[in-house]
Amino acid sequence: MTLVEKILAAHSNRETVSPGELINVRVDLILANDITAPLAIKEFRRLGIDRVFDPEKVVMVPDHFVPNKDIPSAEQAKMMREFALEQGLVYFEVGEMGIEHVILPEKGLVLPGDVVIGADSHTCTYGALGAFATGMGSTDIASAMATGDIWMKVPPTIRFIYQGKPGKWVSGKDLILYTIGDIGLDGALYSAMEFTGEAVDALSMDSRFTMANMAVEAGAKAGIFRVDERTLDYVKSRAQRPYTVYEPDDDAQYARTIEYDVSTIEPQVAFPHQPSNTRPISKAGEIKIDQAVIGSCTNGRIEDLIIAAEVLKGRKVNRRVRCIIIPGSQAVYLEALHRGLIQTFIEAGAVVSTPTCGPCLGGYMGILAAGERCVSTTNRNFVGRMGSTESEVYLASPAMAAASAILGRLASPEEVAG
Amino acid sequence: MKLKGKVHKYGADINTDVIIPARYLNISDPGELAKHCMEDIDREFIGRVQPGDIIVADTNFGCGSSREHAPLALKAAGISCIIARSFARIFFRNALNIGLPILECDEAAGKTDASDILEVELSRGEIVNTTKGVTFKAEPIPSFMLELIEAGGLIEYTKRKLAAGGGRS
Repeated sequence: MTLVEKILAAHSNRETVSPGELINVRVDLILANDITAPLAIKEFRRLGIDRVFDPEKVVMVPDHFVPNKDIPSAEQAKMMREFALEQGLVYFEVGEMGIEHVILPEKGLVLPGDVVIGADSHTCTYGALGAFATGMGSTDIASAMATGDIWMKVPPTIRFIYQGKPGKWVSGKDLILYTIGDIGLDGALYSAMEFTGEAVDALSMDSRFTMANMAVEAGAKAGIFRVDERTLDYVKSRAQRPYTVYEPDDDAQYARTIEYDVSTIEPQVAFPHQPSNTRPISKAGEIKIDQAVIGSCTNGRIEDLIIAAEVLKGRKVNRRVRCIIIPGSQAVYLEALHRGLIQTFIEAGAVVSTPTCGPCLGGYMGILAAGERCVSTTNRNFVGRMGSTESEVYLASPAMAAASAILGRLASPEEVAG
Repeated sequence: MKLKGKVHKYGADINTDVIIPARYLNISDPGELAKHCMEDIDREFIGRVQPGDIIVADTNFGCGSSREHAPLALKAAGISCIIARSFARIFFRNALNIGLPILECDEAAGKTDASDILEVELSRGEIVNTTKGVTFKAEPIPSFMLELIEAGGLIEYTKRKLAAGGGRS
């Protein structure tokens, strides 16, 4: 069995499972946010059940439009807050909040071997920890909140092997953009993506979170990494309950195996209007930008901010560019503050916001006007994603977003910082 | 369960951001969401759509976010069924869970044009294009799923089962 199959078998009390089988899976954690929880709560109430199956296994995070951007958002956040408090759920108010997929691992709520379902498509982020994590809709979440389990079809696993040593400015973001560009928006539809190989072994946890996060952009049900010393280092100070490390069998069956030599991969940028529309930066041409966003569940972690600061330090954001930097959590924000990164950002002419999903989905805190272009470390660049349907979003790494902010056009970090 | 409606035709990778843009996700009332359904890709859709109409699309329909608001908006706009070459997996679950039938059918997606009239028999997976006089076959929708769709979705279906003493399967 593959890693995913091992985890799903263990959570459905079976010896083995194989792709295509329908199974009922016990979940370790259920997640919803201020956009998806209101619908889930309405559906949960309609079931006529008073209590969730286990309040310690249901997490609600206000992050998309919070701190509240308008009155309807405030009403949705209020509905979620009241339900979370009434049920005694795991809940983070604004002072300790952050983007759900940044804070759940940070607080040790997701651990290796877990099955996690979340009413947010980027729930797949937790695959970086060797967990099986997948996005679902509000009705599935409502049902699981009542029972603690959910039906699933066992996905086939596609194995991606990354060999070689990446160039200086090539990050996890570049590897996953390159991969999505290669296989397409539905290249891993219904499947799990297992990321492996020496280049992946050398990646930091933050870069692994970035890669797992964007598995859904290739249509995948989950993205997953094997647990190694780096994973265990990350979880050992955070875990407050036992967890199990699963390993794929040597004779595991993969639907496909795809190999890449990362030494040939340049920093990548996804052009409008699909995350799969990728090009190496050397082929980007002269694209002037109006805004740069550095943050989100994809790239709002401390390593992302450290790299952005490395590029921005002692330099100035182009005067026609709005550079918006959003730490993914209060802990990331605080660490950035201690490391002097916030000062670097402000001195460079960037604005720093409290954690929120905000501009990524065109919520607030950086909406684009018609004709404007943004280079963004977020995960989607569909038509109208960050504002006007006549605006454009270019997806890139924090290093490239920072370099582009300085030069006022799409630029390789090498051009700015060598 | 038989459906009949006029076709609205779309291409590949129709994502949830264009089905219902996030700027409207501060509300969750399906009727309100429906007013903005598809507006970022097809501004005329909401003025043109009639109850019972059917969407036919290429591959990977509903890719992107997990927002259940997307199938809810389509259903409230009057869409009775979506036929595509393939669906993104979260949208697939969400549509059925809220009682919006969907069918995967390569041939129907390839040989149907906008404004054609389709008759769909879900239990047989039969799609008749009455405009062109051709019939396509999709996988039939199994009877428990038809019951779920007729109940209006997973929650109502589960409630009925619980009330009937059937328990949750």
